[in-house]
Amino acid sequence: MNGRVVHIASNTFREAVRDRVLYNLIAFALLMSGAAILVGQISIGIERLVVIHLGLTAVSLFGVVIAIFIGIGLVSKEIDKRTLYTVLSRPVQRWEFIVGKFFGLAGTLVVNTFFMALGVFAALLYVSQHFHAADGWVLVALYFIILQFLIITAVALLFSSFSSPLLSAVFAFALFVIGTFAEDLRGFAGMTHGLTRWLATGAAYLVPNFSALNVISSVAHEQPVPGHLILSNTAYALVYASMALCGAVLIFEHRNLK
Amino acid sequence: MKPSSRITITASILLVSCLAGSVLLLRSIDRQRTGATLEEVLYISSPKLLKHLSLGYDGLLADIYWTRAVQYFGDHLDKGAEHYDLLGPLLEITTTLDPHLLVAYEYGTNFLAANGGQPRRAIELSEFGIRNNPNEWHLYYGLGFVYCMNLKDYAKASESFLRGSKVPDAHPFLKVLAAQMAERGGDIQTARLLWTTTFQTTKDRDIRGNAVAHLRALQVDEDVPILERLVAQYRDKTGHLPQSFSDLEAANLMRGTPVDPAGHTYKLLPDGRVEVRVPDELPFIQKGTPPGYVAPIPKFKPID
Amino acid sequence: MIAIDILGLEKTYSVGFWRKKPKCALRPLHLRVEEGEIFGFLGPNGAGKTTTLKMLMGLVYPTAGSALILGMEINDPRMKAQIGFLPEQPYFYDYLTAGELLDYYGQLSGVAPKERSRKVREVLERVGLADVIRVQLRKFSKGMLQRVGIAQAILHDPRIVFLDEPMSGLDPMGRREVRDLMEQLKHEGKTVFFSTHILSDAEALCDRVAIIHLGELQSVGAVVDLTSSIEGKIELVWHGSKVPAAMNGLGADCHVTGDTVRAVLLEGNQEAALEALRREQLRIVSLIPARTSLEEYFVRKLQPSKAAAGVTK
Repeated sequence: MNGRVVHIASNTFREAVRDRVLYNLIAFALLMSGAAILVGQISIGIERLVVIHLGLTAVSLFGVVIAIFIGIGLVSKEIDKRTLYTVLSRPVQRWEFIVGKFFGLAGTLVVNTFFMALGVFAALLYVSQHFHAADGWVLVALYFIILQFLIITAVALLFSSFSSPLLSAVFAFALFVIGTFAEDLRGFAGMTHGLTRWLATGAAYLVPNFSALNVISSVAHEQPVPGHLILSNTAYALVYASMALCGAVLIFEHRNLK
Repeated sequence: MKPSSRITITASILLVSCLAGSVLLLRSIDRQRTGATLEEVLYISSPKLLKHLSLGYDGLLADIYWTRAVQYFGDHLDKGAEHYDLLGPLLEITTTLDPHLLVAYEYGTNFLAANGGQPRRAIELSEFGIRNNPNEWHLYYGLGFVYCMNLKDYAKASESFLRGSKVPDAHPFLKVLAAQMAERGGDIQTARLLWTTTFQTTKDRDIRGNAVAHLRALQVDEDVPILERLVAQYRDKTGHLPQSFSDLEAANLMRGTPVDPAGHTYKLLPDGRVEVRVPDELPFIQKGTPPGYVAPIPKFKPID
Repeated sequence: MIAIDILGLEKTYSVGFWRKKPKCALRPLHLRVEEGEIFGFLGPNGAGKTTTLKMLMGLVYPTAGSALILGMEINDPRMKAQIGFLPEQPYFYDYLTAGELLDYYGQLSGVAPKERSRKVREVLERVGLADVIRVQLRKFSKGMLQRVGIAQAILHDPRIVFLDEPMSGLDPMGRREVRDLMEQLKHEGKTVFFSTHILSDAEALCDRVAIIHLGELQSVGAVVDLTSSIEGKIELVWHGSKVPAAMNGLGADCHVTGDTVRAVLLEGNQEAALEALRREQLRIVSLIPARTSLEEYFVRKLQPSKAAAGVTK
């Protein structure tokens, strides 16, 4: 692995940690414990369901927010504050910078998710007293959530390479929402005609498909996730993230820094 | 001292291939997951919970669910499915999120009751719609329709049409229908009236297509007994069964060759029965089919 | 060997919403810097100094022209490993400590892991920041940041050091230290290319200078050569309020304030002026250079374009 990319990645990780982003874990832990205790006491027969729904949704949302908020500043902040000058005057290629930033943030999110996963399983243990075999599928759901993070991070990075933080946040968030309803958008496109159909279909395929990556409900109902779907989703996330990164690399390569 | 062309080219090629790859993978994933969304979606327990979760954006969510319902229905129609199990829940969710989405109620009464075989559910849906939209005569019409056509409860049908006729701007036919229910609920004429009214008063393509299919079936159900009576008359007159319709023409009993709504001439069988040439093209018919004929799942084309 | 070879480097920005108005930041620049010399790039603010440096660092792409550093292309990583850059008013990752920052830069510059910690300590000592190696940069003053900037520029032992306004933000002590450092670098055989609008520093340090104004190169050459044609001015102060008649004949510019008179005149007329004061028995308070020769040259050269505004002592 390219040494400079690794160094940039670990520095990005260090920045996130020192920026106290991991403190969100405290909020998450409180949320999970509160929910688990509440649900355990009321005992409404669907404790496991609630814990998994709530836990995984929180992991997903917290992570997306972090990914967007840190991601949008990854490049633009360095350009604004001109910390980039002393980096690029070294034998660091522009693309290495982008890729390093990506892995740094992605790594941060993976670590964050890991700790959150512990929290979810702890809460699960509390309400069900012991683990079921089906709890293994929760790991798959978490894996898919991490794949979502890869896509969102790459997209936020792409926007950061040319847009101001505020606009980037809006675009990234909008893309996340639309991506959640991507399948509906494709269905929609199928019902239109002519030019609208072309445009709508194009947009529908361009938008990241988060609906396929959201298996929270099926996992909560102890449904297995087919192996080939795991493979396809992994490939899709990697390909989509790479696409966004290529865009970021291209834009950044051609940019005049102020 | 220009941007590196090597990087530009590499990144561009990579970007385009990733784009292509993502589209292909997406299609593959779609195929693996058909129907999964809906099942998943309905796991959000109750419609009320969903309404709360929608944080006030229930209108948009209702539209999305409506789109899914239409797709679901279209999918199943294409495949000639027997059951439309998820249609009920989808319509329920849609109308809970947006009680004023009138077309959802129309769908319910037209498809839930008949094709879906769930008239009771359709009635609940209609009543819910009426509670939320008391001045929409359409809804009373739909309710009465279900009572008449599916449950054969002509008293209730009449009552529904009467309620509807009292609504301002109601279609004048509602009074007529109310009266006719009482006298001739089970007639073909009544049925024809109802389907024609449905056809004329809706804008939805699926519903119109369905209405047309039923009207054609009614035509057949009317034609066949008439034709068979003519055949009987011929037999009475001549003592033997006619060979073809031209015999009937020759005997001055009819003019021209009878054609069914699908455009084919009727078949005259040696035993005097009249049949439709291609029964599969005429869903919903009850007469004019060969013995032992099992109708396939009714299919119709949406009409503008 | 030619350290820096600038071949017609040019930069025009298109400003305005529809990108219609071109603004020329740098006209085609031709310049050569030899290895081992201290080269000053002088000019008032907005002259195009920083633009030139950014293009040399590959941060901005030129509209036309090219440059070679140590005979290699601008985006050649081998070249970048041998240069150091201190940007104007630098800003660094404030969540890192001085040691961590330099270690990070060392990693990116390809300094061998075994040597890194040693080199970091050495360079911090050299710039006088040895005792804050573990302090986070967000706590650093402007002067301290400037020193960190210099440290990161020389950490990896580069052959050429590019400094953009290295004295900015430093107090007189700091400026002196930086000047000494630059002399040391030259003694180590390095090339120093620095831009500034403080001419006294340039006059003291540089072997050669280039003067640039409004994006255009005005002159290049050794300081001595440029100023040989310029006569300096002196400032003469004496007690009393009397101005000898001879002063006017010498073209002196006199101001009376309270009980002293201050006069500015050409160096060549120094003896005649002193003689005039002695004759009148006026007591001399001080006799100092009014402007350095380089400043004089600068002002005269750029006079038509009202350059004086950007010049400081």
